Amino acid sequence: MIVRIATEGQYRLEDGQAARLNELDNEIVSLVEEGDEEGFRRLFGEMLQLARSGAELGDEELEESDVILPPPDISLEEASAEFTGEGLIPG
Amino acid sequence: MAGMAGRMSTVIKAKISKLLDRAEDPGETLDYSYEKQMELLQNVKKGIADVVTSKKRLQMQSQKLEQQVVKLDTQARQALAAGNEELARAALERKTLAQSELQNLDPQIKELEAQQDQLTENEKKLRAKLEAFRTKKEVIKAQYSAAEAQVQISEAATGVGEEMADVGMAMQRAMDKTENMRARAQAVDELEKAGTFEDLTQLDSGGNDDIDRQLKELTSSSDVDAELAKMKAELGPGGGGSPALEAGSGAGEKAGEGK
Repeated sequence: MIVRIATEGQYRLEDGQAARLNELDNEIVSLVEEGDEEGFRRLFGEMLQLARSGAELGDEELEESDVILPPPDISLEEASAEFTGEGLIPG
Repeated sequence: MAGMAGRMSTVIKAKISKLLDRAEDPGETLDYSYEKQMELLQNVKKGIADVVTSKKRLQMQSQKLEQQVVKLDTQARQALAAGNEELARAALERKTLAQSELQNLDPQIKELEAQQDQLTENEKKLRAKLEAFRTKKEVIKAQYSAAEAQVQISEAATGVGEEMADVGMAMQRAMDKTENMRARAQAVDELEKAGTFEDLTQLDSGGNDDIDRQLKELTSSSDVDAELAKMKAELGPGGGGSPALEAGSGAGEKAGEGK
């Protein structure tokens, strides 16, 4: 699975990590809904870390991403437009 | 929903695949797509130059303010030594404001530096991706008659399209931030133009009521009081020495050599 962190780059993750990513995604949706900035920062940080734990795609690889995470410097306000409903990942 | 990041690249991807679908000669479309990518690369370079310009401007302001802080501090001491507490207070008020502006500028300069680094990194990556695209494009054009060429074209275009969208987004964010800082720099420029940080001895007492009033609103008087008390303590008792800086209320009274 290929995950892009917007404005940063693409990483290749094990397909098995999709479940954890989706879990975080759903948790973040509810934190954002509650306006819990601290909780959002913490879990979004975890999400970014999970993505970065993968191998970065080489410069010569032109691949489409399966998931695009918002930029690391996203504000809570911007995040509330991203993490709605089913979040970044359906389900 | 794939969110903002996803939506944005989807738009670009859609544009590219539409072009590919319509094209009679996919080779031409690939060349066109490559040209568009080169244009974006040029834009990123311009964006970096913009960020650098803004950063330099803030750095210059910062240096200027530092000089003013030193000047106003000296002036406050001189005024106090001459027994002119009112002038000393006015100088300290200006100094406090200059200091708080300085404190605001510092993180902004750092932020712009971070933006510059990131855009430079983005530019490097995009350049490498474009090189990969160019190579692939030539390979695809050479073997175009094969049916799978179409698939390859669309894959490469999608991958590079996403990269372009992402760089576009990074640029947009950097520009938004730079815009905010520009507004900040403008505000400092205006304060300066109004003579807020000017050498007090060079000001006519007549035209400065407005600045003085604004200063009182902008600076915390408790800070100024504390600093004034500290200065008094440092100067010790009987600090009413030379009358060199007796600016008082007389219009156009110059102290010493002025500049």
